[in-house]
Amino acid sequence: MASAPQTAIRPTPAAWTILPRNAGPLALGLGLALILHFWVQPASGAFKTKVLLDIGINIILAVSLTLVNGFTGQFSIGHAGFMALGGYIAGAITYYGSFRLFGDAGFQGGILSWTTSQGSFVGPILGAGDLLFLVACIGGGLVAALAGYLVGLPSLRLRGDYLAIVTLGFGEIVRVILQSSRPQLYLAAEITSTSWPRLFTQLGGALGFILLPSYTTLFWVYFFVALTLVVTYRIKRSSYGRAFLSIREDEVAAEAMGVPTTRFKVRAFVLAAFFAGVAGSLFAHSIGGINAGELGFQKSFDVVIMVVLGGMGSISGSTLAAIILTILPEALRTVTTWANQYLPTEYALPDLRMIIYSLALILMMILRPQGLFGLHEIWDLWRRRGRAPSRPL
Amino acid sequence: MPALLDIAGISIAFGGLKAVQDFSLALAPGDLQGLIGPNGAGKTTVFNLLTGVYRSTTGTVRLEGRRLDGLKPHQIARAGVARTFQASRLFGDLTVLDNVRIGCQLRTPFRLLATVLRTSRQVGSERHIRDRSETLLTTFGLAGRRNDLARNLPYGDRRRLEMARALATDPKVLLLDEPAAGMNAQEKTALRELIRAVRGQFGVTILLIEHDMGVVMDICERITVLDYGVTIAVGPPAEIQRDPKVIEAYLGTS
Repeated sequence: MASAPQTAIRPTPAAWTILPRNAGPLALGLGLALILHFWVQPASGAFKTKVLLDIGINIILAVSLTLVNGFTGQFSIGHAGFMALGGYIAGAITYYGSFRLFGDAGFQGGILSWTTSQGSFVGPILGAGDLLFLVACIGGGLVAALAGYLVGLPSLRLRGDYLAIVTLGFGEIVRVILQSSRPQLYLAAEITSTSWPRLFTQLGGALGFILLPSYTTLFWVYFFVALTLVVTYRIKRSSYGRAFLSIREDEVAAEAMGVPTTRFKVRAFVLAAFFAGVAGSLFAHSIGGINAGELGFQKSFDVVIMVVLGGMGSISGSTLAAIILTILPEALRTVTTWANQYLPTEYALPDLRMIIYSLALILMMILRPQGLFGLHEIWDLWRRRGRAPSRPL
Repeated sequence: MPALLDIAGISIAFGGLKAVQDFSLALAPGDLQGLIGPNGAGKTTVFNLLTGVYRSTTGTVRLEGRRLDGLKPHQIARAGVARTFQASRLFGDLTVLDNVRIGCQLRTPFRLLATVLRTSRQVGSERHIRDRSETLLTTFGLAGRRNDLARNLPYGDRRRLEMARALATDPKVLLLDEPAAGMNAQEKTALRELIRAVRGQFGVTILLIEHDMGVVMDICERITVLDYGVTIAVGPPAEIQRDPKVIEAYLGTS
């Protein structure tokens, strides 16, 4: 054993350097969102724009679930529950809030919330409605995070399959509660005379919560995508993230190293739930409504598949998987139409695309059981093979 | 000298099996003591009791007078008791460097908001963690393997990494669970030197479980012998080797 050479302890950077460390990612995220909004969206039709919106929302869902299923090694299959909860809460804030503030649920946003297919726009960059929408997104996220805390606290003592069942149950409970909420109110007079706590129970029940003002544009979606990516990436490359990863690797050893494993599991859950809630808010305001019936366990499974396919713990991997798995079913529509014109009508396969989609998933899992990138990020592939990612902080 | 770690009468039973009964041991600062016994004698169970994996039904454990029994494992680690594991429990899919960093970060506070915003203090403490980890890796001759995944390490390196990781938590007491298991004669000799050097350089007090009598008799100043969960002998190596009860426990009665 050699005597310990003293590595020079580097000095703590000056406080003002916090600005460039955050201005860069912020500018990049805003820039991407602005380009998509002002250049890509007008050039794409309504359908392509919708697919791009779905991709962004799915990226937020998949990357946030990576915190729980990828980093911390827990198996949650109730992510759609948090999404639905966030979506409904945000919807209630914008819908009823608009009535209270503006007199009706009409669009009160600025140009960042305006889709060109709605016509040309004259107005401010940010409207009062946008601020309401932002409050709603954060509010939806926070309520979902609270639900994540309440679910996480008792259930994270459970492991593996048992935890999976609890999260599945949670998602279904959320769905059933939302679907059995009271009827939506449509009249301004009724809404203004009803108290806020009561308004949060009038979410449209089985009919879904509809007529929400459409604020979600590519700008907002990709702004939150950038936020989600930066936050999760910074967590991964820090003590915080290593605490999550140590739990996944070996819980007993993590405890022995002083990691409060239960606390960190709950934290992973809360963080993931927050972003799922934001994704739900964006979803609810993209098509002017939200129906919990569409956000059952099927949606949760879709997100889990993205995480598993991307590689457990790979942020760029789950991002890529979210992109591929959102485009694939849409792209396969063309294949279905093409194939069906050669099939006799009585043997037509209207759902051929889902068969191909499932086969593609099976194939990918057989060929790469560790997911596309494992724990690695895409850019790690350019580093030396056989070596794990390492990046000086 | 007053005891650093004072174990007084701890016990645990699994169903009808009394795995450890009324176990007591005192470690003075700087001690290097051994805990031996035949297979299934309850040695690792003692470690699990000390580190909070199991909860003792009787007695107390005190570190510098502070009660440790009843605390959770991560609280005990924070209090200053670190351990290695018999079967390697490294974070296999993480790098060698990250394994040690996870140990280091116990003594460096980190918060979510500071992590996300990369505040100066946060960047500074991450650097500090990295620098300390690199120093530890150099000390244990693992610096060249810092970017390898822990599960790809050869056996000897794994045991050293386990020790480096435990020391990264800056412990007062280090519990080593069979560090020589599976090593060849040459590696065992190196291990003896390593354990002695660790004690000298890091100023830790060591309690060692070991099957290899050569290692135990050579480096331990005092040995406690367990058999069926009961302490059958305590004393310096020379005495233990002659103790008829110990010989009986290992070889059986004639």
